[in-house]
Amino acid sequence: MTARGFWPALPALILLLVFFLFPVVRMLGFSVEAGTLDWYAKALGEGLYLRVFWNTFEIALLVTLVCLLLGYPLGYLMATTTPGWATFGFICVLLPLWTSVLVRTYAWMVLLGRNGVLNRTLMESGLTTDPLPLLHNFTGVLIGMVHVLLPYMVLPIYGAVRRVDPAIPAAAAGLGASSARIFWRIYLPLTLNGIFAGSVLVFVLSLGFFITPALLGGGRVMMIAVLIEQQVRETLNWPFAAALSAVLLVFTFAVYALAQRFTQPEATR
Amino acid sequence: MRTAKGSGEGSAELLIEGVAKRFGDVVALDHVSLQVAQGELLTILGPSGSGKTTLLKVVAGFEAPDAGRVTVGGADITALPPAKRDIGMVFQNYALFPHLSVKANVAFPLEMRNVGKAEIDRRVGEALAMVELAGYEARLPKQLSGGQQQRVALARAIVFNPRLLLLDEPFGALDRKLRETMQLEVRRLQRRLGLTTIFITHDQEEALVLSDRIAVMNKGAIQQIATTTEIYERPANDFVADFVGESNILHGTMSAPGLVALPDGRKLMVDSEAAPGARVGVLMRPERFAPGGINEFTGEIVEAVYLGTSFKLRLACEGGQELLVRQPARGALPAAGTTITVGIDPEAIHVF
Repeated sequence: MTARGFWPALPALILLLVFFLFPVVRMLGFSVEAGTLDWYAKALGEGLYLRVFWNTFEIALLVTLVCLLLGYPLGYLMATTTPGWATFGFICVLLPLWTSVLVRTYAWMVLLGRNGVLNRTLMESGLTTDPLPLLHNFTGVLIGMVHVLLPYMVLPIYGAVRRVDPAIPAAAAGLGASSARIFWRIYLPLTLNGIFAGSVLVFVLSLGFFITPALLGGGRVMMIAVLIEQQVRETLNWPFAAALSAVLLVFTFAVYALAQRFTQPEATR
Repeated sequence: MRTAKGSGEGSAELLIEGVAKRFGDVVALDHVSLQVAQGELLTILGPSGSGKTTLLKVVAGFEAPDAGRVTVGGADITALPPAKRDIGMVFQNYALFPHLSVKANVAFPLEMRNVGKAEIDRRVGEALAMVELAGYEARLPKQLSGGQQQRVALARAIVFNPRLLLLDEPFGALDRKLRETMQLEVRRLQRRLGLTTIFITHDQEEALVLSDRIAVMNKGAIQQIATTTEIYERPANDFVADFVGESNILHGTMSAPGLVALPDGRKLMVDSEAAPGARVGVLMRPERFAPGGINEFTGEIVEAVYLGTSFKLRLACEGGQELLVRQPARGALPAAGTTITVGIDPEAIHVF
């Protein structure tokens, strides 16, 4: 970066330095305050905590997968439909994004509870006799997280599909390709970057997700962010919370770095 | 419903009958009919917005006509999706698959037809040799020049022996030298393979170079379909006369057999059998003027341009008539302001 290009970013950099980077470093300092790595040993050594890490990883992966399966068709549709429908799609995708996560999560609690809207409708219509367990478990967390994170998958995919010259799938059709083959041979490889970008975004955001798993999981679905909050608020064990945060941070960076390696070379397959 | 092949249409490979298409209030195609013979190269020539691209899309299957039908080899394909039409097409910007190698691009239509691997290798090799791109198999499209990309697009369009080849302004993006080379190459290949071909362009020069016949389109309708010489020498109306080549177009009335009276009172001797009293158009090509021609025009040169092989002169004649004249470039370029007299023989004037 040239010296001239650097200055406009300075206020933002100072802000980040003072209010973000410094507190993070300070917080990480807690974890080694005693001069030992005992808290890290505990975080990575005890089965209980490893389980939580694994759990987090699993949920993040599943959320990413579900988002991809729901988000690709949606993003594709929005990119290839008429401008009117595309705008409608955008409103549907973006409106939730502008609403508070907290509000949306509470809304899911109203919908998914034992006496929630969904269960009552199902029972009244006679489709089920007993309420389905949708809240305070894995299913609830999954539904809530997918809902919150879906836009982060849809938008990059939408962008990637939009960048495909419409003449290219048309040419494929003219050369004898069925719709399915156009998808597998043309759209999918040409939109891999979008799929990748969306997946990394959703996965990384999932790793540190707090509000949704805390509320919809009802304490029964333990993700790493929920655990950290417990350590801080309930057991006041700041050093351990700091160590857990550090591990999460490193893991997140690792995922991100790995993703970078794969996204860099465009179309050299 | 008429049968696909009426009498005298036996050799028509492609038959377009009464095809109409409108987009909202805009009439893109106004009941267009034409036929292309087996192995013929027909050019559809027209300005942008004339409907030529829509017509091509209807033939390729990317646009469904509101009325009319398209048959290839006697089979009605109007309702078939593009994938089932067996038509090779070269797109304006080539539409190569950017993530696939040259070889994979050319192999694509064969793979879609479930051709065996050995057979694919053989035919891709042949097609690439035909467009002189042997050795480029592993390259990606973006590693090729514009001309090479076009050759790949061409190879991809012919490798599966399509019934029809469609070329949608394929030379637009190439520089002049390359364009001329590619035009001749496409023509040579098309003749050699006997491919029934429709070529879309707005460039009348290109149309004259390439075509067996030209269909001139304007405002969604075909103005004239004829051989290249016919189109140039004997255009059917003002639009064709004006769009193809340089022209001087006058209007007048037949005052006697072989005599046209112009509005300014002048009389032109022409070679025409139009009945006296008929309103006619008169076309005089700039290069047909010669010293000593029977119908004489005297005028002041208002503009003189040197074009290498010829002089292009704009004359302001007596009576206010403007004339465009081309003369072989010999000697010095006549100066603006000089008055000269040029003539044109009756046989060189086209009356329509």
